[in-house]
Amino acid sequence: MSDCPTRKWPSLVGTGAAAAAFLAIPLFFKAIGLRSGPYWLDLLNTVGLYTILALSLNVILGHAGMFHMGHAAFFAVGAYTTAILNLNHGWTILATMPAAFLAAGLLAAILAGPIIHLRGDYLLIVTIGIVEITRIALSNNIFGLTGGPNGLVGIARPSLFGFRLSKPQHFFYFIWFMVGVTYVMFYFLENSRFGRALKYIKEDTVAAESMGVNTTAYKLIAFVLGAAWAGVAGAIYASRMRTISPDSFTFEESVLLFTIVILGGSGNQKGVMLGSFMVIGLPEIFRGFQDKRLLVFGAALVLMMIFRPQGLFPPTPARVKLSDAWSNKLVEPATNSESDDG
Amino acid sequence: MPPTLLSLHNVYKTFGGLLAVQDIGFEVIRDTVVGVIGPNGAGKTTVFNLITGSIKPDSGKVIFLKKPITGLKPHSIVNKGIARTFQTIRLFSKLTVLENVLSGCHTRMEAGLVASILRLPSQRREERKFIDRAMDELEFVGLESKWQHPADSLAYGDQRRLEIARALASDPQLLILDEPAGGMNEQETIKLGDLIRKIKKRKITVMLIEHDMSFVMDVCDKVVVMEGGLKIAEGSPMEIQKNQRVIEAYLGVDDENGY
Repeated sequence: MSDCPTRKWPSLVGTGAAAAAFLAIPLFFKAIGLRSGPYWLDLLNTVGLYTILALSLNVILGHAGMFHMGHAAFFAVGAYTTAILNLNHGWTILATMPAAFLAAGLLAAILAGPIIHLRGDYLLIVTIGIVEITRIALSNNIFGLTGGPNGLVGIARPSLFGFRLSKPQHFFYFIWFMVGVTYVMFYFLENSRFGRALKYIKEDTVAAESMGVNTTAYKLIAFVLGAAWAGVAGAIYASRMRTISPDSFTFEESVLLFTIVILGGSGNQKGVMLGSFMVIGLPEIFRGFQDKRLLVFGAALVLMMIFRPQGLFPPTPARVKLSDAWSNKLVEPATNSESDDG
Repeated sequence: MPPTLLSLHNVYKTFGGLLAVQDIGFEVIRDTVVGVIGPNGAGKTTVFNLITGSIKPDSGKVIFLKKPITGLKPHSIVNKGIARTFQTIRLFSKLTVLENVLSGCHTRMEAGLVASILRLPSQRREERKFIDRAMDELEFVGLESKWQHPADSLAYGDQRRLEIARALASDPQLLILDEPAGGMNEQETIKLGDLIRKIKKRKITVMLIEHDMSFVMDVCDKVVVMEGGLKIAEGSPMEIQKNQRVIEAYLGVDDENGY
């Protein structure tokens, strides 16, 4: 136990160095004068956006173990909330982000109420229904707000303290900052009373309930939180693309996100990040395969299920630090009389 | 404090056409160990499920600490002070031993979503406090050195003890054990008896279902006997052993149990 701090520091330094190197990528591209730099940055931005989405889905699917395949619906609600508030009411993009969070969360709360008790494949089917209904509603210009199949055009760029984010490298820092926020937030959540409750639910709902976890409430909150955060990702997406249409929020998007989480390792955030790079990044690098992407997905999933059903990085045991008193007690060997409960 | 901790009054439960529990009523006195025995299918586990809220009675009342708890959800019953273990072990098998015990602490902790996401100082303080508390419970059952192991790597008897530690971590006034000695060897059963006496010393009332008659007669202060959904006898272990109805219905027929 006493060597915990010494082991922790190099890993922190390593993570910091890796993060710094990653954040230097735009500068590096500029320095070497890479002509395709903006293209690669754009790809990294897409990966980043999917990482935020997948991390938010991970709370629902990975931690709480709920088979939710309709995440694109909440992504869409966030994007459309931002677009409508910006275009029709002149809100700045940053101001629309909390609104996107709330709108997606509210829809999730309304929808989840009646379906939250469904298990496994039953929930899966209902959530597929949600994403399809959302897409069709958007296509039909619901409330006369969504612009029908053509979607909404001319969404503003976000401005930070008067600085307008317009180039890929601007979005690179914005999006990956949000990835960092998402990661830390959900990391804290995972290692808390709340996160543990979700793990208990995933492992054995009956036992979790019998240990005092209000399983219905926790599932509902996890679902709403994950959905609301997908709404934030939607807000970023809308301002990055400037144009959104129902085509961007299909069932296929939901499947993609589902695949990222399962492939990466449901419940493990590092695995989910790696999954985003693999599922979104690799097909771009191997462009020749792109039209066979679904085939590759299928094959990858089948192989994963056979050889690594837990995902690339399965969840690791929780790292818990004992109090000094307990650490010292356990290091000392002569406590046999205690362990014998006579 | 009332001497009666828990009481059941005219409790009925049917599953389809089957009368699982009929007109069951008995009292559990504070700081005692109460055994529920009876042949398989007598309705013992159903009674436990009715008390812990896993199933709701068709009629009748369950009173805990003078208040009705009939029809409450299991998680709120745990919060009121009734913890349980299961007939077939239901640990969170992929999680560590410590995490399993922390699940018992859940109901006594307060940190919510926002405090957890922001890792507020109050949340961290609470975590530290309850990690210590969980370790104390592990020490109580003698598993503290295995706190980092995955629960499913433990030996069978240790898993049973871990389930008890997990239940104790919820700070119960009543601990319900469903066949705690099931699958244990003689040595482990003796240690379990000692553990239950230690629990009783902590002023925690214990109810248990058990088929091992010498174990029941040894640790219980009172025994309730069920058959076919009915309570057929109730009394001290001595009285039960002499009860003609019990001998006919249960002990006399099934001589495998050794009484």
